[in-house]
Amino acid sequence: MTFRIGQTLSSLALGLALATTALTPAVWAAGASDTDQERAARWQEIAKSIFGDRQIAPTDSLVKIDAPVRALDAALVPITLTMPNDGQIKAVSLIIDDNPAPYAAKFEFGPAADPTELKLRVRVNNYTDMHAVVETQDGKLYEAKQFVKASGGCSAPMGMSDEEAMKGMGDMRMKFAETGPGKPVEATLMVRHPNFSGMQMNQVSRDYTPARYIDKLTVSAGDQTVFTLTGDISIASNPVINFAFKPDGKPIQVAASDNQGGRWQHSFNPPAPTN
Amino acid sequence: MAVTAVQPRAFPGHRAPSRRSALFGGLCLCCLPTLGRAAESFAMEEVGPGIFMRKGLIADATPENADAIANIGFIIGKNGVLVTESGGSLADGAWLRGEIVKRTQKPITHVVLTHVHPDHAFGAGAFLQDKPVFIGHAKLTEALSARGEFYRKRLIDLLGEEQTGPVVYPTMTVADTAEVDLGDRRLTFTAHGPAHTTSDLSMIDSGSGLLFPADLLFVTRIPSLDGSLRGWLKETERLKAMGASRAVPGHGPVSVDLAPALADLTGYLTALRDGTRAAIAKDVPIEKAVDSVARDQRDKWALFDTYNGRNVTVAYQELEWE
Repeated sequence: MTFRIGQTLSSLALGLALATTALTPAVWAAGASDTDQERAARWQEIAKSIFGDRQIAPTDSLVKIDAPVRALDAALVPITLTMPNDGQIKAVSLIIDDNPAPYAAKFEFGPAADPTELKLRVRVNNYTDMHAVVETQDGKLYEAKQFVKASGGCSAPMGMSDEEAMKGMGDMRMKFAETGPGKPVEATLMVRHPNFSGMQMNQVSRDYTPARYIDKLTVSAGDQTVFTLTGDISIASNPVINFAFKPDGKPIQVAASDNQGGRWQHSFNPPAPTN
Repeated sequence: MAVTAVQPRAFPGHRAPSRRSALFGGLCLCCLPTLGRAAESFAMEEVGPGIFMRKGLIADATPENADAIANIGFIIGKNGVLVTESGGSLADGAWLRGEIVKRTQKPITHVVLTHVHPDHAFGAGAFLQDKPVFIGHAKLTEALSARGEFYRKRLIDLLGEEQTGPVVYPTMTVADTAEVDLGDRRLTFTAHGPAHTTSDLSMIDSGSGLLFPADLLFVTRIPSLDGSLRGWLKETERLKAMGASRAVPGHGPVSVDLAPALADLTGYLTALRDGTRAAIAKDVPIEKAVDSVARDQRDKWALFDTYNGRNVTVAYQELEWE
């Protein structure tokens, strides 16, 4: 890792949470002193591996990332993506440049989606740039960027045995915010799943717990897709996703699968709009 | 076990190059002054007959303080010495060992590992030479297996390898309760359910009646949540029922009246629980809840701004599934 001797002691002390909390001490900030040029070069490389030679233009209107500048808990960093709801956003990808698997999530929106605000929780392993890349209906790509200070989020042990962490795996809940008739409904989807990163130590065997994460999750309103999420190890355990959809009175269906063949399906009834 | 008088000695790690010494062209400015300062500024306080405690700093670990931030100490019994808490690093533990051998030639027979956190566990390496019984919660071994190396690496980044020391595992584990007899006094241990962490062990000394709740009781310093919020509130009831009137908290003053200290702790934990529950019920997202929950407790606790948001994050994950 690229720890630099020149990092100031005060920043070490500030970032240190070894004391009594513990899950995610942000002490050693790998990459903390990388230059902007080094970060930009890394992003070029990652962008090329994901999007090939396609051009990505900067934007401050088509997507915005909100993330804490300094994460309180590197294993659970809340991210908000804001996008216009005018039908032009086809998909959004979240890339955490310095994570072991940078491509954290891709949301592909369907006709029932309202992409105005999308929230998820991720793990952050190093001081890193985070990129959101949207694809518009005409096939163009636009990017926004935010720098986040955190460390150890991917390797942070979960504080319980693997068995306990897998208890109830695949259980889901959905909460709906109150809404007026004809308006999009805001929903919170909660999924019980450890989303093992493959970098966490098993408490009994003292070996690494193999990665086991939600790789596909589709939410539909009736027959119409809200979004399909392609996920990876950067999504925090027990994933929680906040999104909005256009209700048509039919139940919300969620289908999820993980990379080890786990498959789960649940159906939720959104509240009837009140007049 | 042989009774050995050990000379207080300089910590062997002082010659290892540290980050700081590298910064200052190889002059080791870190280790000896650190220990010197520790020895000067820290005093042992006799909080009960034969019970000596060192008040930890209300601060986070830094290269200068060698992670000496927990209340650590020892009990001198008729047959030997029991270390109540080992310290936050090998250096901190070595300092404590020095304080013991200054006062008694009795063997160090027991070292208590009160839970998995590094500020309590990493002093243990300094006592390996005494071959004591290391006492810990039945869940401590697996907790240390999962996190020990993670903590060690981060502590090494801060203090250097020589000052950090090894991960030491319990050799006597407590699943429910257990007793240790030092000849003239008995120590009764209780293994608690998930609370501050998942490996909290408390102890009562029959000689003084003092309760040693370790980090189940924070005073002055904001409690940090790393186990179960609801569980912790439950375990405070258990502590209350143990019949002790005075206690030695894991952080804060080295001896306090138990009832008011527990009331303050419960006040914070309840504010955290109720505030987080209310936020979840009102669909306040986690990133907003961290800035709004338990704010009325801010003036009551040191390091509130450093830890409260993290506590809310942990509490939110526990309570959102209620």
